Amino acid sequence: MTEIVTAGGRVAPEAPTTGGRVAPEARIEATHIEQGGLDTRAGARYSTTRGSELDALDVLESEAIHIIREVVAEFERPVLLFSGGKDSVVVLHLAAKAFWPGRVPFPVLHVDTGHNFPEVLAFRDATVERLGLRLEVASVQDYIDDGRLHERADGTRNPLQTQPLLDAIAAGRHDAVFGGARRDEDKARAKERIISLRDEFGQWDPRNQRPELWSLYNGRHTPGQHVRAFPISNWTELDVWSYIERENIPLPGLYFAHEREVYRRDGMWRAVGEVSPPRPNETVELRTVRYRTVGDMSCTGAVESDAADVAGVVREVAQSTLTERGATRADDRISEAAMEDRKKDGYF
Amino acid sequence: MTGTLFRFATAGSVDDGKSTLVGRLLHDSKAILADQLEAVARTSAERGFGDGTGFDFALLTDGLRAEREQGITIDVAYRYFTTGARSFILADCPGHVQYTRNMVTGATTADAVVVLIDGRKGVLEQTRRHLSVVALLRVPHVIIAVNKIDLLGYDEQAFIEVDADVRRVTAELGLDDVHVLPVSALEGDNIVTRSDRTPWYDGPALLELLEQLPSLDELETELDAFRLAVQLVLRPQGGLASDVASDPERAESFRDYRAFAGRIGSGRVRVGDRVSVFPSGIETTVAGIDQAGASLDEAVAPQSVALRLADDIDAARGAVIVETGTLPEGRRDVDAELFWLDPRPLLPGARVLVKHGTATVQALVASVDSKRDLDTLAHEPAETLEANDIGRARLRLAAPLPLEPYGANRHAGSFLVIHPADGQTLAAGITEQ
Repeated sequence: MTEIVTAGGRVAPEAPTTGGRVAPEARIEATHIEQGGLDTRAGARYSTTRGSELDALDVLESEAIHIIREVVAEFERPVLLFSGGKDSVVVLHLAAKAFWPGRVPFPVLHVDTGHNFPEVLAFRDATVERLGLRLEVASVQDYIDDGRLHERADGTRNPLQTQPLLDAIAAGRHDAVFGGARRDEDKARAKERIISLRDEFGQWDPRNQRPELWSLYNGRHTPGQHVRAFPISNWTELDVWSYIERENIPLPGLYFAHEREVYRRDGMWRAVGEVSPPRPNETVELRTVRYRTVGDMSCTGAVESDAADVAGVVREVAQSTLTERGATRADDRISEAAMEDRKKDGYF
Repeated sequence: MTGTLFRFATAGSVDDGKSTLVGRLLHDSKAILADQLEAVARTSAERGFGDGTGFDFALLTDGLRAEREQGITIDVAYRYFTTGARSFILADCPGHVQYTRNMVTGATTADAVVVLIDGRKGVLEQTRRHLSVVALLRVPHVIIAVNKIDLLGYDEQAFIEVDADVRRVTAELGLDDVHVLPVSALEGDNIVTRSDRTPWYDGPALLELLEQLPSLDELETELDAFRLAVQLVLRPQGGLASDVASDPERAESFRDYRAFAGRIGSGRVRVGDRVSVFPSGIETTVAGIDQAGASLDEAVAPQSVALRLADDIDAARGAVIVETGTLPEGRRDVDAELFWLDPRPLLPGARVLVKHGTATVQALVASVDSKRDLDTLAHEPAETLEANDIGRARLRLAAPLPLEPYGANRHAGSFLVIHPADGQTLAAGITEQ
């Protein structure tokens, strides 16, 4: 038997459900930031489980909340890497659930490449304000302006994020850094622990990782070391989207099909923008596209799609024949070990 | 979406074809996408695998540069696929002896372990060792995939001999839920669907089996007595979430909110249940079960919840809330089975930390008593434990912990041994009695 429970703790009369979840008609699509927010009242509207089985999303959610609470209990100054991208939005939503009715007890940190989509920055700021969080920004542009970093020949700034990130972690004296990385994203990430130790240079040593046993997380570290904590390590792209659908979590509009001026490069649709102008031989077209990831504009591609809402995206992701990084990230196509090399240097 | 979640680990000796099996499972369940296939095909061709036209499935699972360069697997890799009925988390464990610790890592969270053996070679020393770890850690289901049945000409008699061999070993080790399957990872026989080439085999294909087996949660965790280790106390007072704070009436009702947050380790709990708190032993009643704004009547392992209790009791991180009548005894002297994982050996007299549930206490290694012969699991005298040894030691704890026999409750019977100075995880520990 399933029942719908409301935020005030009152049990509502039985509402129509499908497969133990809230029926579609009982849900409001929230694809724009104006429509509410990362609000536990929305999250409260899913059904409770009766009987012996929790579904996969219930278990993944409980695992993530357990990890977030462990880190907050055992570390002094955690911070969450928050870009406004869907994975970090989901981690923030889970954090809000973990500490409800209290506020999320840590600040968020954004490494701003200077190449962000303006819509995503607006979403970031609105989310932070709504939840009453403190936002720390590490700006790659500042580093380039004062000569500490140099623009790469290919114009992509993803690899440039590492130094500002490590400096911000040191400046904030953060001993734990939450990230939304998932193991299904990349071969190197598939091997990383949920609680992953970084040395004083922020480096990941893949050959010397602590074994992770049962659900006992060992976050002990020495001064100068910190950990990266990945609460949604075990989620797939489809899990993330299904959860966004179930919890009615708002996202930047870029994730949904919209018309945009794009041109073709490296087999991807690239947005026309200040940091990503077309070359003379590239033809600009108006296409209906959406983004599967929303990183650095200069290396993130769009996919042609007519998925205009979350349900459409869930269907599309379930049928996709390409991984999200393969489809949309130019920087991960550089070599087999692109991600591993960045992670060893202290990247997310 | 989404079905239930099932976690399994794969293990095998070098050259048993484990990477091929994992690759086949992912490929045939359509978890490998076009760009990944393309990358593997390109690298296979560059390396001249199978005359330059072959497809090296191992490249799908070897994630680190050193692994690809040396053609070995170093670390557990996690893989994900779904069949609709179930979502699977696959912990792909390396087969080398020196990386036994990764087998332990994979096995502690597994609902099932798939141990691969080469049908032409039968049970090897390493197979026994993998099965020993599986037996000691009480993984609920053991699946032995007898691989390369194609190279045995799909011969029933050859399979029967290996099957008998396997069952003798698993019986010796006390493993009871054992499934033995004839497979060819390379040809795809009995991996996703039953093969026509083994008409004499009437059991399920590997994936069918993985879809049907009950999970650890269904089999025991949900059925054990209720235990919740307190992670932290939620007492927001002034720091209310914005959705609560924005409504003055609601904010007022949460002014004195106090709840014990944690993940249910075992059992189920209902509003109105009588519970006791370790270590104080104080009894009270469950007044509410909250899950981020939703009030539940009942919750079950492994849900993360916040419990409100009827009385204003003192309980902090490290406390355990249990079903009244099942309060565990606090123990300071512990006989434990240790899976030693660190290169530095364990010596009697060592000072370590023990992490159990949400409590971490100091401990002294009073004695090292014995270590297991990993072929027979028999105990032999030992003064020290070295990396990859499994043995018994007696620990003296600085504060009592509610340790219960691992066989009765795996959450309550498992712990980490941690180096007090550098924080390394030295061993996985389980309590015997």
